[in-house]
Amino acid sequence: MIALLRRDLSLAVRAGGGFGLGVAFFLILCTLVPFGVGPDTSALQPIAPGILWLGALLACLLSLDRVFALDYEDGSLDLLATSPLPLEGAVAVKALAHWVTTGLPLILAAPLFGILLHLPPAAILPLLASLALGTPALSMLGAFGAAVTVGLRRGGLLLSLLVLPLYIPTLIFGTEMIRRGQEGGDMGPPLLFLAGITAGVLAVIPFAAAAALRVNLR
Amino acid sequence: MSIWEYANPVKFMRTSGAILPWVVAGAAVCTVTGLIWGFLTPEDFRQGSTVKIVFLHVPAAMMAINIWVMMLVASLIWLIRRHHVSALAAKASAPIGAVMTLIGLITGAVWGQPMWGTWWEWDPRLTSFLILLLFYIGYIALWSAIDDPDSAADLTAVLCLVGSVFALLSRYAVFFWNQGLHQGASLSVQPGERMSAVYRYPLYLTMLGFGLLFLSLLLIRTRTEIRKRRLAALQAREMRA
Repeated sequence: MIALLRRDLSLAVRAGGGFGLGVAFFLILCTLVPFGVGPDTSALQPIAPGILWLGALLACLLSLDRVFALDYEDGSLDLLATSPLPLEGAVAVKALAHWVTTGLPLILAAPLFGILLHLPPAAILPLLASLALGTPALSMLGAFGAAVTVGLRRGGLLLSLLVLPLYIPTLIFGTEMIRRGQEGGDMGPPLLFLAGITAGVLAVIPFAAAAALRVNLR
Repeated sequence: MSIWEYANPVKFMRTSGAILPWVVAGAAVCTVTGLIWGFLTPEDFRQGSTVKIVFLHVPAAMMAINIWVMMLVASLIWLIRRHHVSALAAKASAPIGAVMTLIGLITGAVWGQPMWGTWWEWDPRLTSFLILLLFYIGYIALWSAIDDPDSAADLTAVLCLVGSVFALLSRYAVFFWNQGLHQGASLSVQPGERMSAVYRYPLYLTMLGFGLLFLSLLLIRTRTEIRKRRLAALQAREMRA
């Protein structure tokens, strides 16, 4: 499993911009928003949590079709399926590699983007915590969507159609947490819900994704 | 004699062909009399004549949710026992469910405009219905994207399972996000809270009618799917010969 993780990570780095791409997308989005809604603090501050989470979600979505598609095309996915490593484990590793290449850089860069959108300093920590708790769920759900659509021509659009509704609860609790942090409210409930969703997704989705992969490899 | 015998398409075709006229007739009678009866009910003292849209709105909304549950059950049966009729029934019912959701949303908008002064409100119930519509659309899109019928059935069944969990989760997450202005349950068991009998009985009738309507549409569509499958098999045999 560790060998697979290292292989995926080195592939992502060598394929050019695997790490930077999501963050660059995020930066462009945060630059475009003030042009769209106006540069006032009063206009930006209330929508900043939503924009930051939507940016994370879209950046995650953009890189999803790479999770299984390349391995499916060159046949290494078949090798993985026949290897002694259970397919569920392979899915989990793939999702982890996706998270390390897109989720983790986003979390590291998020405080900077929060400042760009006039997020008050008090909300920076909730922002980090909500992204750290929520993005693993995004990667894992995305891996499920990628597993369902892997064999399809033009699966990319279908992938977003299938995955985005699944992101709704994570998005709601993630933004709610930052908003409460910004206003000094009680952050406990959204934090617990977010952690619960991520834990549940990490426990269950690998099985669903592996089942979908088995169907597509048949 | 067990219920699993109906997984045999020949048996299913024979039985469904026999009961279909009765179901269609029942659906027509219940829906038409229910709607006419509902239309003739007196005007509500607060809502005026707009209250009558309830006879379309509530049954459609109820069926929208029930059809998803039925698809979930059918998907489970397909995954566990691999009965083709079950998978085809799930496929056949998705568009009906999507249309029911749309009817619920549109009649709700038409009703909401005079009552709340707005066509759309980001209220938990409305929003979760919109999310349900998104799930239906994704499900239908996945069915139509895959060529091999067995793979399509498998993948959509898995999607339906995962989607059900998240549809439910979204429903409660949305409550967290925004408290709205939709009323609570219309058919509470508590006598003080429920609607008066004048409205309740025609509503029961239309609900029964919509249930039968769904059943007849489902049987018709499933029969069409089975015939399409049979046609494809015949064509494949022709090609090989």
